[in-house]
Amino acid sequence: MERIAGIINLDHEQDMLNELTYFRCGAAVPFGGRYRMIDFTVSNMTNSRIESIAVFARRKYRSLMDHLEQGKAWDLDRKRGGLFILPPDWNDPTDISKGDLQHYHNNIDFLRRTSAEYILVSGSQHICNIDFQEVLKEHKEMDADVTVIYKKADEMMPEYQLAQKLNIGEGNRVEAFHNEHYNPNIYMEMFLIKKSVLQDLVEKAIAHGHSHFFRDAIKDQLPIIHVHAYEYKGAHALVNSLESYYRNSTNLLKTEEHDRLFKDDAPILTKVKNEAPSKYMHGSDVKNTLVANGCVVEGHVEDSILFRGVKVGKGAVIKNSVIMQRCEIADHAVLENVILDKDCTITEGKTLIGAPEKPFVVAKRKTM
Amino acid sequence: MKNKECVAMLLAGGQGTRLKSLTKELAKPAVFFGGKYRIIDFPLSNCTNSGIDTVGVLTQYEPLVLNHYLGIGSPWDLDRKYGGVSVLPPYMQAEGGGWYTGTANAIYRNLKFLHQYDPEHVLILSGDHIYTMDYSLMLDYHKEQNADATISVIEVPWEEASRFGIMNTKENGDIIEFDEKPAYPMSNLASMGVYIFKWDVLKEYLTADDAKSDSSHDFGKDIIPALLQDEKKLKAYTFEGYWKDVGTVDSLWEANMDLLKETPDLDLNNSSWRIYSKNPNQPAQYLSSTSRVRNALINEGCKIYGTVDTSILFYGVHVGEGAVVKDSVIMPNVKIGKNVQIHRAIISEGSVIEDNSVIGDPAPGSEITLVAEEGSIMANSYAMTQ
Repeated sequence: MERIAGIINLDHEQDMLNELTYFRCGAAVPFGGRYRMIDFTVSNMTNSRIESIAVFARRKYRSLMDHLEQGKAWDLDRKRGGLFILPPDWNDPTDISKGDLQHYHNNIDFLRRTSAEYILVSGSQHICNIDFQEVLKEHKEMDADVTVIYKKADEMMPEYQLAQKLNIGEGNRVEAFHNEHYNPNIYMEMFLIKKSVLQDLVEKAIAHGHSHFFRDAIKDQLPIIHVHAYEYKGAHALVNSLESYYRNSTNLLKTEEHDRLFKDDAPILTKVKNEAPSKYMHGSDVKNTLVANGCVVEGHVEDSILFRGVKVGKGAVIKNSVIMQRCEIADHAVLENVILDKDCTITEGKTLIGAPEKPFVVAKRKTM
Repeated sequence: MKNKECVAMLLAGGQGTRLKSLTKELAKPAVFFGGKYRIIDFPLSNCTNSGIDTVGVLTQYEPLVLNHYLGIGSPWDLDRKYGGVSVLPPYMQAEGGGWYTGTANAIYRNLKFLHQYDPEHVLILSGDHIYTMDYSLMLDYHKEQNADATISVIEVPWEEASRFGIMNTKENGDIIEFDEKPAYPMSNLASMGVYIFKWDVLKEYLTADDAKSDSSHDFGKDIIPALLQDEKKLKAYTFEGYWKDVGTVDSLWEANMDLLKETPDLDLNNSSWRIYSKNPNQPAQYLSSTSRVRNALINEGCKIYGTVDTSILFYGVHVGEGAVVKDSVIMPNVKIGKNVQIHRAIISEGSVIEDNSVIGDPAPGSEITLVAEEGSIMANSYAMTQ
């Protein structure tokens, strides 16, 4: 079996989740009760036996580093391979690379040292559960230079506006990338490429003064290089706005959707917190809700997501909300269509109501 | 290497016959507790939180799950370059060998392990109790008193004192007599099975004990009485807090139920004294629109469609629609079908309870029903025994 190494490239990801990305990059945003966005990418990689992973970080990566640590949760704290978080700290005066090519150029040692023959490059905004070994199989069968992964959308969601779409021709060969909204073939910001090809393309792109690897070295070279489209058919969510974050979070409350994403044979892993099991007191009333460990619930919670260590007081009512780690909701407070970032406190009797299509967001550590 | 001030030895070889089928293929310290833990998580977490980073775990009975669970000790931060957790099973030597014949014999046969660290004091623990305790405070007392041995004691109700090993002490805490399960107790200070010995004293007495052919090689029966006879300085250290022996099906059930009190005596949410355990890393628990959950502890990976009342659910438990789980402990990955009734029961790991079956006796004070490991209760059936 050929080995694959992974690159998680966060360079192009805009921090568009407002309050949630004031202090952290999108990849570090909490999601699904106990995960961070990047957990899905990292777990998909390790579940696909990718054991050497580099993270190209550009901005606000403190929280990300704190979360990933040395990759212990994914068994990536190892002597061979492992997790490499690579922040942008370069001082080579002869360096002429620009944009995300700076990452490839300055971290070329990662590529040189890995014994993997293929590289899987991914972002962190497409939540999914995918086996990259299947992608490799198809890549080799089609003898492609690059294989890009896409999802055929059943319904066009607003967040797809920003995504690139694929025009796919005969033999699933990609004919064009574009942003036109009618096209349901959503590019998932993931591609597989032979390491030697990647290195060649990077070198060439830098020599021509380019600044964006995917756009300049792959998309614009389309007739010349063979780009194959691999269709991913599992659970998928694109989180690139507050609206898509909120809708896709609450989508997890649908059992089928949840079970397609969280699979026993391909588990999504995350940093462990050693919280006790959650406690439901007399008088608690919880319906259609995901709850992580360490919560103490005395009030009423409906159609919501509670992260680890949340306290819900007596008579408090929470509906259609996402409550992040260690928030405290005092007695008789009322929250509806609200996203509370970590460590928020809602005082007794306080009412916060957002609109279903535009949740009310409270930034980290606020007291209301 | 610098020597270690205090090394812990955890006796984890017990069979725990009174836990019936729960310990059929499992050492007692590996028995599940509290929705997330195994019994051994408590002494191990206490060690880590007390700053004791070297622990020998003495195993003997059914060690497979326990060995696998301990691994290199990472859940408890005991994966250390110098020290950490070491599993110490019985072994053969050039001149023979055999099973551990008693608690004292188990430690005696691992004096070489202790010798590596040349400790000043040795802490002896057992894997039978649920409690949180700062051993460093006991060690401070032991050193302050310059005791040869210090035994941790807890006040038990007088009417229950005859079920315990009782320490008769002077007012200053000197132990004058050890009374194993006395019919007429003279004190209500029960030994918790937690001892600190000076290393050289321990070495001397274990060696002497090994030479005695009539000894049962037990700390309570042989070592402590020998120290008392020689008028060694033995101190009682009084512990205040929650401490519970979970050696029987009933006491295990009771200790679990204790966690459901409004403010439990044992605080699992204390962030400065975490109980660490191996984490199965499952998704958040899901309570559906048809669920009714009251007074319960529920772990990740659970899916609840029925009613859960005054119960504890470990990870990966499914409760089907219309099912009722009351006053029960449901161990990991149990699947409970639709319209099942479970009252006053302990359901072992991986059991499958099919639709419409009825388990347990709801009458208060009735016997706790135990469903054995990987047991399967057929649809529409009825089970009500241990």
